[in-house]
Amino acid sequence: MSKHEIASEDKIAARVIETIAAQLELSRKEVQPEATFTEDLKADSLAVMELLLALEDTFDVQASDEEIDQMRTVQDAVQFVERQLAS
Amino acid sequence: MSNAPFSLQGRVALVTGGTGAIGSAIVAEFLSAGAQVAFTGRRPELQVPSEVDGGVYLRGDSREDGAVKAAVAEVVARFGRFDILVNNAGVARDALLLRTNDELWAEMMETNLRGVFLFCREATRHLLKAREAGRIINISSIVAERGNAGQAAYAASKAGILGLTRALARELGSRGITVNAVAPGFIDSPMTARSIDAQGRADLELEIPLRRMGRCEDVAHMVRFLASPEAGYVTGQVLRVNGGLQV
Repeated sequence: MSKHEIASEDKIAARVIETIAAQLELSRKEVQPEATFTEDLKADSLAVMELLLALEDTFDVQASDEEIDQMRTVQDAVQFVERQLAS
Repeated sequence: MSNAPFSLQGRVALVTGGTGAIGSAIVAEFLSAGAQVAFTGRRPELQVPSEVDGGVYLRGDSREDGAVKAAVAEVVARFGRFDILVNNAGVARDALLLRTNDELWAEMMETNLRGVFLFCREATRHLLKAREAGRIINISSIVAERGNAGQAAYAASKAGILGLTRALARELGSRGITVNAVAPGFIDSPMTARSIDAQGRADLELEIPLRRMGRCEDVAHMVRFLASPEAGYVTGQVLRVNGGLQV
């Protein structure tokens, strides 16, 4: 992985975290990579869907039902966006 | 925002089946309330999208997922927001149960029930952003609750709308979005005229406490109320517009 790619991945992660924080009305500090949406960040199932819609709008990506089911943590969301943008 | 009662100023609405008798009355009512209105319907002679009587006509066959997505996307692209969905598109084909073939049953379910589901699903992603302004109004029928001989498939499809309405009201209530159904009684429209002859109509009017068939505007007024800010605390309900036929 080149330095450029690493920098761009950091940038994506930062934007994902920013989107999550704004959507769930949390501070960016609270949105840690290992935090789970439902338990740690106290998002109900509809809030998780709203979050996904926000990520889809922000990054112009589309999540499949399977990807939605697997997205439990902040890191999952970051990786989902990175995968989508790479493909 | 206007202070006039039941104003829809600044709101963007999509009415399905907006070229039919009740649908066009709802479109006219919303326009007079100040809303920006798009509508789908059967006007194959028109180009889409096109401006018709102040509203925007879209193609949006409620049986096709792709057409539903395109119609909702066009509303958002054109107006920049989406507040009110009125699922009015529907068809009625009557048959005794023993003459109800699979094709007739499927047609009722596809257009009257699956179409409502598809539009609700597609619109919800935008309504979530509208928050307190978000409204879904589904047009059911008196026969959903009362039944009617010769309309088993139609009644079942319209009753399905009530279950969908109640479930969605619970699902979206925490975001301030209201979901309600309007159940018209016998309305003076071509759809009803096909089902009832002159004698049947006279008998029916005697049975209705208000002694007349409903007008399309009677339904449109109720829909406008439910769409308005004044109805912000009404959700999961079936509002009956039937002259007292069912009390």
